[in-house]
Amino acid sequence: MFLYILKRVLATIPVMVIVAIFVFLLLRLTPGDPAAILAGDAATPAQLERIRDRLGLNDPLIVQFATWAGQLLRGDLGTSLLSNTSVAGMLGDRIGPTINIALMTITISVLLAVPMGVLAAWRHRTWVDFLVMSFSVLGFSVPVFVIGYILIQIFAIELRWVPVQGYKDPSAGFGAFFSRAILPSLTLATIYIALIARMTRASMLEVLGEDYIRTARAKGVRENVVLFRHALRNAAVPILTIIGTGFALLISGVVVTESVFNIPGIGRLTVDAILARDYPVIQAMILLTAGIYVFVNLIVDVSYSFFDPRIRY
Amino acid sequence: MTEIPTQRQSAFQVLTGLFSLPAGARIGVGPMIAVAILVAIVLASVFAPFYVPYDPLSMDAMARLKPPSETHLLGTDPYGRDMFSRVMTGGRVSLLIGVGAAVVSVAVGLFIGLVAGFFRAADGVIMRIMDSLMAIPAILLAIALVALNGPSLSSVIIAITVPEVPRVVRLVRSVVLSAREEPYVEAAIALGSSMPKILIQHLMPNTFAPLIVQGTYICASAILIEAILSFLGAGVSTEIPTWGNIMAEGRTYFQIKPGLIFWPGLLLSLCILAINLLGDTARDLLDPRMKKREG
Repeated sequence: MFLYILKRVLATIPVMVIVAIFVFLLLRLTPGDPAAILAGDAATPAQLERIRDRLGLNDPLIVQFATWAGQLLRGDLGTSLLSNTSVAGMLGDRIGPTINIALMTITISVLLAVPMGVLAAWRHRTWVDFLVMSFSVLGFSVPVFVIGYILIQIFAIELRWVPVQGYKDPSAGFGAFFSRAILPSLTLATIYIALIARMTRASMLEVLGEDYIRTARAKGVRENVVLFRHALRNAAVPILTIIGTGFALLISGVVVTESVFNIPGIGRLTVDAILARDYPVIQAMILLTAGIYVFVNLIVDVSYSFFDPRIRY
Repeated sequence: MTEIPTQRQSAFQVLTGLFSLPAGARIGVGPMIAVAILVAIVLASVFAPFYVPYDPLSMDAMARLKPPSETHLLGTDPYGRDMFSRVMTGGRVSLLIGVGAAVVSVAVGLFIGLVAGFFRAADGVIMRIMDSLMAIPAILLAIALVALNGPSLSSVIIAITVPEVPRVVRLVRSVVLSAREEPYVEAAIALGSSMPKILIQHLMPNTFAPLIVQGTYICASAILIEAILSFLGAGVSTEIPTWGNIMAEGRTYFQIKPGLIFWPGLLLSLCILAINLLGDTARDLLDPRMKKREG
C-alpha cells in the first residue's frame, strides 16, 4: 500500500513537469509582450528595454525557464506584473471563498446525486428513472452561467430569499455566509450532480443484476440494506472515479460561477489575470489547478481499496 | 460479425454500414424529436440571413431595450438591435464552431492516437503529454489560448480543440491497441503489408464508430464552451454575433430584461440537448457493449 502510494506520487512528477513546460512555452511563444503591458502606451523603446531586462525577458528561453523553475521549487510563485505583489500572497488572500464554495458544492452534489442515481437504478424504467435521467441530460446542456442567472432570477429577485450577489466569510456569521453561498453552490452543483447521478445509476444497474443481490433479497435482507450496503458499496469504484475526473469540471465551473455571483475567489483572479496578460499569475494558477486535479485523482485512486477490498496494491 | 465480406470494403462502405440498423432494432421517440429539433435549428440558422427582418448589427438608438412586439419578435437589445435577428444569426457561428471543433479534434486526435497505438516507442511520450494536457482545466486553457491569440473565430476553435484532443487520442489508442491483436492484423503484418497500409486500411476503420459518438459529444461541448468563453470576455469579437456573446452582452441588463440571456440560452440549450441525445442514440446503435453498461 505504502509502496503503491509512493509510486503514484512519483508518477505525478513527470505530469507536472510537462504541465510546467507547456505553460511556460504557451505564454512565451504567443504574441503579446508583458513589458509593453507593464510600461503602458506612453513608454519609450529605451524604457521598454529596461523593463524587459529587469523581467529577464531578454535571456534565452532555456535560461528563463530554469530561473522560473528554480523559483517554483523554492516555493516562490513570482510577482504579479500588474499589482506588483507576490502571487502566493494574492492566492492566499483569495483562495478561501473558492474552497468554501467548492466544499459546499461537493457536499450538496454527493448527498443529492448518489441517492438520485440509486433511486433511478432501483426503479429502472419508471417515471423516477426518467426524471433523474432527464435532469442529468439537462444538466449537461445548459451553460453554467444560464443556470446561475435563472437561480438569481427566481430566488433573489422574485422570491427575495437571498442576496443577488456577493460573498461573506463564514467568520461573519454562518447565516450571512450560507445565504450568499447557496446559489453559487447550487449552480456549480448542477453539472456535477448530473454527472455523478448518471454514473451511479449505470454502475448500480450493473450490480443490481448480480447473483448475490438476488441471494440477499431471497434471505430477506431489507431493501434499503440491499441497496446501500450490498449494492452501492460494490458500485462505488466507477462513482469515485467520476467524482475525481469531474473535478476538472468543478474547477472550470468555479471560474464562471465566481464571475456570475461576484465572488472574490481564485476563479475571478484567474480570468482577470488572463485578460490582462498577467503572466506570473496565469502560470501559477494553471499549475495550481493542474496540481489540485492530479492530487484529487491520486486520492481517489488510493481510496478504491477502502471501498473494494478486492483491489490490493 | 456473422458474414465474411467477400470484397474489401471501402472506408465509405464501412461508414454507411455503421448506420444501417440491425434487424429488429428500433429508434425511440426521443431521438426522433431530437433529430427534428436539431434539423430545425440547423436550417433556421443556416438560412437566417435570408429571412431575418433586420441586419443583426444595425443599431437603432430610438428602439433600445424594447419589449417583444410585432416589429421586434423578441424585442431589442441595449443598442436597439433586433434580438430575433441576432439570435437566429448567432446560431450560425455557434454551430460552425461546434462542428469545426469536433472535426478538427477528431482529425488531430485520430492521427496522434493511431501513432501512439501502433508505434510503441512513441506511445509513452505521447501519452504522458496527453495526461498533462488533461490535467489543465479546459476552460482555463481555452481562455488563455484565446486571450493570447486574439478573439478571432479560428483562435476560438483552436482553443476549444486543444483540451479535447487528449480525450480523442486516448479513445483511438485504446481501440488500436485491442484491434492490433486481431488475427487479420497479424495476417496483414505477416503478408508484409506496409505500415501506413495497415494503419489506414485495417486499424483506422475500427475507430470510426466510437469517433462518431465522441465527435457528437465534442460538438455539443464546443458550443457550450464557446458560450462560456464569450461570457468570460474571451470569445469571438462581438462584430460576429454568437449565442455566447449575445448572452455575454445581455449580462449588464439582465435584471431589467432577462430575455437577453433567456432566448439565446434556450436555443443553445435545446441545440446541445438534441446533439447529446443524438450522441447517446448513436452510441447505443454503434456500441452495444456500452449500451449494456449504461442500461
